Amino acid sequence: MLKAIGIDEQAELSKVPGQEGNRIDTGTKPIVKYTGVTKSFGDLQVLKGIDLEMQPGEKVAVIGPSGSGKTTLGRMLMTLEEPTEGTIELDGELLWHTHEKGELVRAGEKHLHRMRSNVGMIFQHFNLFPHMNVLRNVTEAPRKVLGLSKEEAEERAVSMLGKVGLADKLKMYPSNLSGGQKQRVAIARALVMRPKVMVFDEVTSALDPELVGEVLEVIREIAEEGEMAMMLITHEMDFAKEIADRVIFGAEGRIVEQGTPEEIFDNPKSDRLQSFLQRFRSNGI
Amino acid sequence: MWDWKYAWDILPQLLSALKMTVWVTLCAFVVALIIGLLLAFAARSQFKPLSLITKGVIEFIRNTPLLVQVFFLYYSLPVLTGISIPAFYAGVIGLGLHYSTYLSEVYRSGIEGVPKGQWEAATALNYTKAQTWRSIILPQAVPPIIPVLGNYLIVMFKETPILCAITLVEMMLTAKNIVSQSFRAFEPYTLVGILFFIISYIASLLVQRLEKRMNLQRGK
Repeated sequence: MLKAIGIDEQAELSKVPGQEGNRIDTGTKPIVKYTGVTKSFGDLQVLKGIDLEMQPGEKVAVIGPSGSGKTTLGRMLMTLEEPTEGTIELDGELLWHTHEKGELVRAGEKHLHRMRSNVGMIFQHFNLFPHMNVLRNVTEAPRKVLGLSKEEAEERAVSMLGKVGLADKLKMYPSNLSGGQKQRVAIARALVMRPKVMVFDEVTSALDPELVGEVLEVIREIAEEGEMAMMLITHEMDFAKEIADRVIFGAEGRIVEQGTPEEIFDNPKSDRLQSFLQRFRSNGI
Repeated sequence: MWDWKYAWDILPQLLSALKMTVWVTLCAFVVALIIGLLLAFAARSQFKPLSLITKGVIEFIRNTPLLVQVFFLYYSLPVLTGISIPAFYAGVIGLGLHYSTYLSEVYRSGIEGVPKGQWEAATALNYTKAQTWRSIILPQAVPPIIPVLGNYLIVMFKETPILCAITLVEMMLTAKNIVSQSFRAFEPYTLVGILFFIISYIASLLVQRLEKRMNLQRGK
């Protein structure tokens, strides 16, 4: 009963003009929580102790110089990279570990498989399946992994491909698409799995400049829908400023500063962030 | 020297033996394709003992002669185990197993040719390991190596005369039998050579055409 009222209240609040799309902090538990996470590749420590929380539906932009470990941060959430130390919680459950007889142990593939269903990822280099046409790229995982019927999967895929503006490209193969189109297919492919968190790993970095806009436009629309949490690892500062609820600035494997887009871009406190932004602006990127 | 009439008379015998030669080649090739794939998987295994043993077995088989291997299967194994294998099966297993070690290497190159991003995309979509292999990796790893597999099929075809040593009545043994009855060696062995050449040459033309088509497809 109490819960139901809570939901109604939220619904009421979100109808208030000017409040649409804004996350209302009701003290919900975080969807993602990094605690003391480090990562080393051999002798090189790329992450040096990360504590980070994301709320359900929150859009978090991660910015920072290349080599700051921001991509590694996202890859850990997608279980592509294992943390060296520390834990990551996903929807209140440990991602990489399980408790066994009171001890924290590395989780097996079964646990990872179950946890992964909450996360999706979009890659810098699209990673579309070149041997499948656009429609099959998007229907294959819903059918094989979620167990949807062919009709259900195609319905979902066609509506999602329509949303990213590719309804007329269903039978095309990835090799015949432009970079921007490929990335939009990749976005549709990840979205039909309906994850709670989506990692966007520098999704426009491999695109020709004139194709960046169409991909950002699609991401903007997804962000406006609101329910999915998004981790946007990006070099697009204007874009981060526009759609992020919160911006994280990382450098040399640590989170140096975080705050609202206004705080980060208009009123940076640390020298590190100030010089980073300055360099960015003077480069005119 | 060359007796046309005699050549014409023995041709049907050789042609029917050719059927056996082709059949044993195809069966051995299927064995090599399947075991080669299994060896490629096992050699890549995360489980170190399995991958080490597999690599050891591959080295052992490659570095011993095929003739010794088929002798072992046909003559020694029955002594060791009490189970005797008919010549045909010994030939299929021997030839298949020997070439599976080469095919595993071909598979390996195909598998390694699939970009890492494909594995990562499959993980991001939560495919299981088996689904990733079936739907994503093998469909991309196998087409580029089909021409190479075709060349190995031709190599295996030309290796079949070795099986006459374990009494498999293929073309070579048939020719030998003819020679031992007629004491004329020129025609039978020449015909065997010509038949091998015709089949191998046609097959290699087909493989070449296949290769061209695949290159066109990949280039588009």
